[in-house]
Amino acid sequence: MIRSTAAASPQHSSPPDPEAAISIRGLVKRYGDRAVVDGLDLDIHRGEIFALLGPNGAGKTTTVEICEGYRDRDGGEVRVLGVDPAKGGRSWKADLGIVLQSGAGDSQLSVRELLTAQASYFADPRDPDEVLELVGLTDKAGARGRTLSGGQRRRLDVALGIVGRPRLLFLDEPTTGFDPEARRQFWALIRSLRELGTTMLLTTHYLDEAEELADRVGVIARGQLAEVAVPTALGGRGTAPAVVSWTEDGVRRHAETATPTAFVAELAAHFPGEVPDLAVSRPSLEDVYLTMIGDGS
Amino acid sequence: MTTALPSLGRVSRTRAGVELKEFFRQRESVVFTLLFPVILLLGLGAVLDYDLGSGVDFPQYFMAGVIAAGIVGASLQNMAIHIAGERSDGTLKALAGSPMPKTAYFVGKVVQVVAVTAATIAILLLVGVLVFGIDLPSGTDWLTFAWVTVLGAAACTLLGIAVSSLARNARSASATITPIALVLEFISGVFMPFDQVPGWLQDVAAVFPVKWLAQGLRSVFLPDSLAASEPAGSWELGTVAVVLSVWCVAGLFLCAATFRWQDR
Repeated sequence: MIRSTAAASPQHSSPPDPEAAISIRGLVKRYGDRAVVDGLDLDIHRGEIFALLGPNGAGKTTTVEICEGYRDRDGGEVRVLGVDPAKGGRSWKADLGIVLQSGAGDSQLSVRELLTAQASYFADPRDPDEVLELVGLTDKAGARGRTLSGGQRRRLDVALGIVGRPRLLFLDEPTTGFDPEARRQFWALIRSLRELGTTMLLTTHYLDEAEELADRVGVIARGQLAEVAVPTALGGRGTAPAVVSWTEDGVRRHAETATPTAFVAELAAHFPGEVPDLAVSRPSLEDVYLTMIGDGS
Repeated sequence: MTTALPSLGRVSRTRAGVELKEFFRQRESVVFTLLFPVILLLGLGAVLDYDLGSGVDFPQYFMAGVIAAGIVGASLQNMAIHIAGERSDGTLKALAGSPMPKTAYFVGKVVQVVAVTAATIAILLLVGVLVFGIDLPSGTDWLTFAWVTVLGAAACTLLGIAVSSLARNARSASATITPIALVLEFISGVFMPFDQVPGWLQDVAAVFPVKWLAQGLRSVFLPDSLAASEPAGSWELGTVAVVLSVWCVAGLFLCAATFRWQDR
């Protein structure tokens, strides 16, 4: 089931919005005969955190790398901070922060030296020590890049991404390989960046991460944007029937209802005390996501 | 934002600092590139003890060869291996996405090659004089030494940058370029007198820059009477200059055609 919303499918005839942080119309990218991105439209507003979801091979990374200026496109229009990424120069790049999936390589430089070098490429960088404080790496300022743990390394990647004071930050699967606690800390870092007004485009495989951080999520499937919505409304989650479950005479019972409150009140009247094993659930983000990307395959 | 982006000169200085730290702090690269020629000189110089005529012993002959090997290591091997590594681990991709002027990256590499080459040559000369009592060049030989080194290092640097694109990562680059460099050095008279290399191999060697680099350096460290042992019966310094310059130009075109900031 794919529900198209107005936001997901702007008319191809409408030009890209130069005021948007990212505006994409009819984007096409082919590798050989295969169109990996096939007519994708998307607008990301300034100041929002936007999460792009989609299975591997759906065109997620290709789309992001076209926006970052790493790849050419075969068709469509793209504006990133009002500029065509294929023609973006140094001053355009100075407004971007890019946290790549691969991250920073092995380096003999210390964390602070790496940040200071990165800062020196920009016109108006943040103070490297303040950035270290923000990502929680102050203790590691003197450590060589190659001696850091996986989570510390990822925080260094983010530090390198934000030291240039970007207006738009790309985060490509930033928490892959994190333990749950490191992910929570990372989320807090992203929220503090939002306070500073940074627009963020996040790609992730973790639906809880998208739900936790994103103002809006977009799902890419087969090279197109299947839907864009706030996390709680994606795939009609907000209005989907609720499922009420309970146990009666030793048998697990389920009922689908549009009015769960009334249903539970009725149920309560039916039982002398507590309703055994009562639960009310709505489709999770994962449920609707899997429905969307599984559609037609 | 009205603040101007930093100048190419300023960013180049940053990159030069980064490249020097990356090289001199890495034990493997220091041992492999800087100390390996010294070990070769000490080892072969002590073992091989024969007279090449005109009062020239092996260490005096080998001085030219081992400096050529040092230059090839500091430029061709160093660039091929480390740039392949930077490409495979995402360092280059990250730089390409930053507002760093791309020229600054190459300026940093050139500064690194110059520093490593100068350090290698200084150590080799010091060991040569102190341990083997070799005769240092005199008069205009220093000038020849300088231009042969600069042209040879430039050609090998450009070739190293170009071939880095062929390797998948630093390890495969090292496994590929190290034997190639060694073979070229063997057939170019680095480790043994060039007139002992079979004729057809001499012809093969003459296509590549290492042979001409080594020959130019032999003219610096050997008495002119030994020029008669060269294939042409002379040092052919004009040809040395032309061949190395042609390799510089070819290397520049190869770099421009093949250089990639990211893995495919």
